[in-house]
Amino acid sequence: MSTLVRPYGDTLDDGAMQISFTLPIEWSEAADEAARQLVAKMGFSDVAVAEGRRIATGFSFFVVYARTPAAVDLDAVGAPSVKTASLSMEEIDALVRERVRRKIRVAGACIGTDAHTVGIDAILNMKGYHGDYGLERYKEFEAFNLGSQISVEDLVRFARDHAIDAILASQVVTQKGSDITNFTALAELLEAESLRGSVLLIAGGPRMTNLLAAELGYDAGFGRGTLPSEVASFIAHRMADRVASLR
Amino acid sequence: MELHIDGAVVDRARALACAIVEPVEAFIAVHSTVSVERAVLRLLGVDGVTADDVPISNAVLDALDAEQRAGGVARWIGRGVAESAAAASDVATRIASGALPLAALESVPEEAARAALEPFVRAGLARVAGRRAERSALLARLPQSPPPLLYVIVASGNIYEDRAAAVAAAEAGAQVIAVIRSTGQSLLDFVPYGATTEGYGGTYATQENFRIMREALDAASERLGRYVMLTNYASGLCMPEIAAMAALERLDMLLNDSMYGILFRDINMKRTFVDQHFSRMLNAHAGIIINTGEDNYLTTADAVEQAPAVLASQLINEEFAHRAGLPDEQIGLGDAYEIDPRLEDGFLFALAQAQLARQIFPAAPLKYMPPTKHMTGDIFKGHLIDAMFNLTSVMTRQTIHLCGMLTEGIHTPFLGDRALSLENARYVMTTARHLGDEIAWKPDGIVERRAGAVLAQATDLLQSIAEIGLMPAIEARVFADVSRPPDGGRGFEGVFARAADYWNPFEDALRPASAHARQPVAP
Repeated sequence: MSTLVRPYGDTLDDGAMQISFTLPIEWSEAADEAARQLVAKMGFSDVAVAEGRRIATGFSFFVVYARTPAAVDLDAVGAPSVKTASLSMEEIDALVRERVRRKIRVAGACIGTDAHTVGIDAILNMKGYHGDYGLERYKEFEAFNLGSQISVEDLVRFARDHAIDAILASQVVTQKGSDITNFTALAELLEAESLRGSVLLIAGGPRMTNLLAAELGYDAGFGRGTLPSEVASFIAHRMADRVASLR
Repeated sequence: MELHIDGAVVDRARALACAIVEPVEAFIAVHSTVSVERAVLRLLGVDGVTADDVPISNAVLDALDAEQRAGGVARWIGRGVAESAAAASDVATRIASGALPLAALESVPEEAARAALEPFVRAGLARVAGRRAERSALLARLPQSPPPLLYVIVASGNIYEDRAAAVAAAEAGAQVIAVIRSTGQSLLDFVPYGATTEGYGGTYATQENFRIMREALDAASERLGRYVMLTNYASGLCMPEIAAMAALERLDMLLNDSMYGILFRDINMKRTFVDQHFSRMLNAHAGIIINTGEDNYLTTADAVEQAPAVLASQLINEEFAHRAGLPDEQIGLGDAYEIDPRLEDGFLFALAQAQLARQIFPAAPLKYMPPTKHMTGDIFKGHLIDAMFNLTSVMTRQTIHLCGMLTEGIHTPFLGDRALSLENARYVMTTARHLGDEIAWKPDGIVERRAGAVLAQATDLLQSIAEIGLMPAIEARVFADVSRPPDGGRGFEGVFARAADYWNPFEDALRPASAHARQPVAP
């Protein structure tokens, strides 16, 4: 039994969507028609160019409404989330005390040349994010925030020297795939240094998904809006499982 | 819509800022850095790279040992010119390649070296003054639209793509174009050379990239009948060199903060303090408006809580800028619209802060930064928050208005995003142009009380900084909740004490004529 869904305008299954884009052409009525045909070529029907205008010499902007015949089967959608049942800071600390029985050592950094620490700071700094305290505040976590522009070599060295249990690598800049390059370099270096098996490797950033993280060989990926307790909860559960399997 | 604020408290805050900066200035006066010396070389006409792609200015500094550089690099070039009658740049190239050993120059008399270099110093200063005069003439002939000046960024990584985006943005109403730098550049201890087409999160600042963009914007300015300004970043490890290059290529503004690199890039504080001083002296001579980076306090911590730190930093930045000879008209102090949109009356708090800055710094071209921290993937909500930011800016007469992007945090702006953003700003600022002149604040209302509280707390903060000193205060996490040790961070090895015979002819020529007028108060 499949569950098909389509975009919803004002009637079930009408497939209505809004689309906006720029074309590198001077505006004219022909430009509107070009925009309409372009959207029709994508498979849309009932294409209406609601707005078309010149925004600069040789550039035009369009707002288009159209209907798509496409649908997606909800039962076949696979996007596993790592955000487990959310625990409070106190509950997570208690879980670590009972099941890990030592402090968990976490190191986080913006790797490569990325200087945008807003994500890693939100997760690690005492203050946290959206009223949810950062890992530095947890009694059972020892958190090291290495900051921005940390080379993967330095991060791996730090992880080895400080017996780190979990590495949080953050990338905000994604231009030309620099984030993927850096994430991959980190995973490969940990592998080469035979450290991969002994650390939880976690990727973060506004464009990150758990699916993408899995493809990159990471244990988890956290995207926009992630709360520190969600990351802490994941680490605590995984560490507890790991300790249990060693016993 | 003037707020009632206590002038005596403002005076006290300024006096405290003066007391805070005074001891740092004493440190600056007896130190130099490798980047200050490299800026001296660039002003003398040194450009280009060695066969190994090392900038000539870096290679010359590398050729000097600690004792040789303590007297300043200018003397060695002066000696070389005196000895060979060659141009300063040729002498530098020969020192860089090793063809001219410094030992061969040690016997040149001091007077001869100084006299030989004099024409090159004068030529460098005249070149910068010439670019400044060009700007004045262009502004007179092609006047800007009234402020808030709409400022947008381009950041493709490729200077030629940036050029196309910049021209399109200018046509859509942008009055200031900033080329965001590649994300790693602030930590490079050299300035890359030539036109560049690869960069991450931005485009490398090079002198050739400056020239390419200036040329394109000059052409656009003529076509549009209004002068379009160009901005870059004199921050990071090469602050003074970027300032020198910007002066030579007629940039109009530079991001140039006295503490940003320390706090947010972990650059050594002594390096930063010395570098910001010389770069600001150059900016003063070049007529370049500096933009300071207080907005960064708000993106990393809660905006309501950090408001006093913003004002305190503005006052410290102003004091450092005055000490380097910058007039108020060139001090673009920063602030940002970063209050959580869910907070009741958050808009009133933003108005209070912006109006407070406007009244405390009446002649400064204040720079107002857009919301970034609370922008989500919901571009429709983002566009609305940007509209409220635009309204705040026009009501409180901000000068430099960095247009918010509805796609903030999603991607570096598309060409269409910039056009929508400019349209938003132009609509709000046109429809509400004189709103600020028409209304009066309720005495002792929410806005006035908020402004008074921020001013009082900023003064308390300045008091506590004055008591322990600026460098220890930075170590004690007073700013942005970040701790930086005085001898830690990047670039500390490039700071050195000046020898008794230290000579920097540009500093001598540009040192502010009048001694600082205000007297520091005892904390």
